[in-house]
Amino acid sequence: MSLNIIVLAKQVPDTRNVGKDAMKEDGTINRAVLPAIFNPEDLNALEQALKLKEMYPGTKVTLLTMGPARAAEIIREGMYRGADGGIVLSDRAFAGSDTLATSYALSAAVRKIGEYDLIIGGRQAIDGDTAQVGPQIAEKLGLPQVTYAEEIQEIIDGKVVIKRRIESGVETVKAPLPLVVTVNGSADACRPRNARNLQKFKYACVPSEAAGDAKKEEMLAKRPYLQIGEWSAQAVEADLSQCGLSGSPTKVKQIENVVFTAKDARRVENNDEEIETLIKELIANHTIG
Amino acid sequence: MATDKHNLIVYCEFEDGKVADVSLELLTKGRQLADRLGIRLEAVVAGDDLKDVEKQILPYGVDTVYKFEDKRLYPYTSLPHSSILINLFKEKEPRIAFMGATSIGRDLGPRVSSALHSGLTADCTQLEIGDHKDARTGEEYKDLLLQIRPAFGGNIVATIVNPECRPQMATVREGVMKKEVRDSNYVGEVVNLNPSDYTSPEDYVIEVIDRNVEKSKVNLKGSPIVVCGGYGMGSKENFGLLHELADVLGGEVGASRAAVDAGWADHDRQIGQTGVTVRPKLYIACGVSGQIQHIAGMQESSIIISINNDPDAPINTIADYVITGNVEDVVPKLIKYYKKNTK
Repeated sequence: MSLNIIVLAKQVPDTRNVGKDAMKEDGTINRAVLPAIFNPEDLNALEQALKLKEMYPGTKVTLLTMGPARAAEIIREGMYRGADGGIVLSDRAFAGSDTLATSYALSAAVRKIGEYDLIIGGRQAIDGDTAQVGPQIAEKLGLPQVTYAEEIQEIIDGKVVIKRRIESGVETVKAPLPLVVTVNGSADACRPRNARNLQKFKYACVPSEAAGDAKKEEMLAKRPYLQIGEWSAQAVEADLSQCGLSGSPTKVKQIENVVFTAKDARRVENNDEEIETLIKELIANHTIG
Repeated sequence: MATDKHNLIVYCEFEDGKVADVSLELLTKGRQLADRLGIRLEAVVAGDDLKDVEKQILPYGVDTVYKFEDKRLYPYTSLPHSSILINLFKEKEPRIAFMGATSIGRDLGPRVSSALHSGLTADCTQLEIGDHKDARTGEEYKDLLLQIRPAFGGNIVATIVNPECRPQMATVREGVMKKEVRDSNYVGEVVNLNPSDYTSPEDYVIEVIDRNVEKSKVNLKGSPIVVCGGYGMGSKENFGLLHELADVLGGEVGASRAAVDAGWADHDRQIGQTGVTVRPKLYIACGVSGQIQHIAGMQESSIIISINNDPDAPINTIADYVITGNVEDVVPKLIKYYKKNTK
């Protein structure tokens, strides 16, 4: 048995390491200084797909991402780690999409891919933390879903056995194919790049990256496995009224920089006297003790 | 005039004979907002053996409880619970719908919002009613649900609205809102609905074959003293020091998201917007820089002590006491002088 697996991935700004220079003078975020990375839980998802590829030879793993052409970086990264290829869904029409418009566009791309048994993505992306796109794609495709997956264990008689990590425990479910799965950060980390794949896919790119570079264009034509798909809204037959801002029911009313009401903090010197005084105070006012 | 349509509905989670705290917290918030809007507060609960569940729900000021009872609705699986909400919402056209930002609510909410093409905002930290003017069209909307949440890793706070689509949906984490009974004798109606009218047989395709849910051993929410470690702790080993301090003071150890991501503490210890919200008597932040998403989960602590190498760490601005120094150096002193003065 071999499977067709689509792995949903997102290139995200690394919000975990936001330094002081990440905010501009006017209080907006300076995206330019934040490194763009492969969303961490999407890497966990990729690993689950690659494990299935080992278990069921002939399995094909295709990465799908929505973003600017630059997002081809994470498709290449995924190919270095073992994915067979990928597609960047890219169009100005998708700008300003909320989770619902994003899931609409991605589900249109999944339909165009056509053949799939499993669609696997990370539970959530670190720039929004919503965990909504996976279930919304499942609903749009009319598929069941298993969220918070920690391990896709095996496939028996066309059904997948999946261990889930929920609030304070573990649940094992059996679900039919085709299926949407979102993977938790507690799942196995993704394998590193493979040296052979790195050589093989070093020059993989989307057509717009190669445009105007005769050498690259020639190479893509000669070696089709280096072609990363680049699909527009039109290519996936998306209804533009459901895309981008107009397809997004949620609107951002206001964005505020975080300003804390500064308290009159007391500075306590890091020496024995001052720390003992602090402790005595906390004991005296019954905070501790 | 309140009718049985266009109200505020809260999806209530039910496990082991108990309605989840997060659901009761949402009912409390829902009651306030329903009063403000002059609409009814309604609850929906689906599961097995729901006898008398309304006794736990009505005191929060609930006007109607919709009950769906069927063996196949417990344990929770996505499709039948989604179908129930989707079809109930089509019928009742609620103005607002809330669910917990739990592994259930975050599985269910997006599916329902997709089917109804209604906006959903995850992990809100504040919910208010207010007006909105669309900057592009100039159109004005009255009395929308203002959904406030930190975004972009907690570096900004965004107010989200759903001007056109209904219901306006939001999820909220446990502990963010306060739970408060409105009236223990509050009178509301109980409506038993037939799950088969709302779900189809194909919805029951996912089988739960094993379930091992334990109550978490970490009780951050109920602890009067929380010692929290951040990325500045530098290593898992250094967290040992925090456990020592927490043990001595009779508190619990929490961690920032960065420390959890680094693998120095378990997920159930995470404090912040995407973790637990705490309101202890004393909060000791050790090597915590203080991103808004963290502060959202601890700013209501009575007394905050910040121990940090960086005298300009953002958390220092909301702290009552700031100790500039190495955690490895300061924490042993706290332990030593606490022991000395409590003998």
